[in-house]
Amino acid sequence: MSMSIKWAALAQTAGVSFAVTVAVVTVFSVGVLALSRREAALEAGQDGAPGAGAGKGGLALASVCFAVCAAVVLYGLSLIAG
Amino acid sequence: MEHITFLVAVVIITALAFDFTNGFHDTANAMATSIATGALKPKVAVTIAAVLNFAGAFLSVKVASTISGGIVNEKAGIQPSIIFAALVGAILWNLLTWLRGLPSSSSHALYGGLIGATVVGVGMNGVNFATVLSKIVIPAVASPIVAGLAAWGATKLAYRLTRNTDEKTSDKGFRKGQMFSASLISLAHGTNDAQKTMGIITLTLVSAGALHKGATPPVWVIASAGAAIALGTYMGGWRIIRSMGSGLADIRPPQGLSSETAAATVILTSSSMGYGLSTTQVCSGGIMGAGLGGRNPRLNWGMARRMVYTWGLTLPAAAVVSGLAALVVDQGTWGVVLVGAALVVGSGAMYLVSRRQPVHAGNVNEVTPVDATVAAETVETVEVTPAGTTTTPTAASTTVAA
Repeated sequence: MSMSIKWAALAQTAGVSFAVTVAVVTVFSVGVLALSRREAALEAGQDGAPGAGAGKGGLALASVCFAVCAAVVLYGLSLIAG
Repeated sequence: MEHITFLVAVVIITALAFDFTNGFHDTANAMATSIATGALKPKVAVTIAAVLNFAGAFLSVKVASTISGGIVNEKAGIQPSIIFAALVGAILWNLLTWLRGLPSSSSHALYGGLIGATVVGVGMNGVNFATVLSKIVIPAVASPIVAGLAAWGATKLAYRLTRNTDEKTSDKGFRKGQMFSASLISLAHGTNDAQKTMGIITLTLVSAGALHKGATPPVWVIASAGAAIALGTYMGGWRIIRSMGSGLADIRPPQGLSSETAAATVILTSSSMGYGLSTTQVCSGGIMGAGLGGRNPRLNWGMARRMVYTWGLTLPAAAVVSGLAALVVDQGTWGVVLVGAALVVGSGAMYLVSRRQPVHAGNVNEVTPVDATVAAETVETVEVTPAGTTTTPTAASTTVAA
């Protein structure tokens, strides 16, 4: 019985899993953060102009973040179907 | 010939029954934390999980050509009788752990069953123990730890990044994200686990000469395997959902998203690397990590310990039950009937015991764990006499169960 456990492959799988998880959740959290900044800005800026700019920037950042997460989910789907 | 057809029919029905228990045992994996954080209403969650499990069954038949991934030597002697015995052990272990509200691996139960039945039916040389170690045991130990660490780190970061935001707003965002992460787990589960049942039915049909060698699963096999796992998923293993969603830790939306993302990532990375790991263990590991990474780190260590013991026991326990079943099945048609009857009686008995303390969509988020002492007495009846000598207390209830 020859034992050939590929420790390197195991470590690589573990490392990639860890990195991807932390990266995705970080990007998603930034998106959530941007969205809630935007809401706060919109509330504060209801009577004055300065809030509107922050609101737009927040929306743009949030959109990018969620788009990145959506792309990761699509890649996950392709892994499942592949 | 008549004997073979009977056995093949029994194997197909039993395989679908296993698929069903697999579904309801594993609903919790994808949906427990989504239900606990309120991202999805319980009934909605199980419906989504069921639909995605069914859809997942149609996505791929890649692994359906092998049921064991090289763990047992399928060419040497995988007879329908061995597969039947393996399924019996796996189903009984799945039901027993469900009764006690413990998330255990359906795949390990099936592998254990195959190993036990093969050792009895073919001999030690029928099992490739090196593959068992490198493809099952090591990933089984490593994957929950990796998922736990990743979920822990992700939870920490998620809390840190959103610390100055209004919790209500950010929770809403994390709950939305959970819908996607949970759905991805459900789909991956349907693809992986439904294929195991397809593989079993297809190999049985091949060994009976109904299909030619190397045939891919016929459409009716794919559809029935998908339907069985979806139905099981829809029934919702509420006992296990409660243990995983509320029993381990108080899971808030950022933790739910982190643990589900970790689980989905580990499952997809590992399966593309060819490791047959357990969805259940990965998801539980993720939840434990997320629980410890939260604002007030807290984990129900008693529950965690029970889960880990169960993981360790799953493979050997299913192997012992299936080994005994294989001994009886080898005796011929009456053996098959006897084991089949024992399976029905055992399953019915466990269902009846579960009625004493029902867990359902309405009370799934309560924290009271399912009482272990209620189940303790059945542990003996079922585990010790799996292969059939029907014990008196269960015999009385068979008519109701069947």
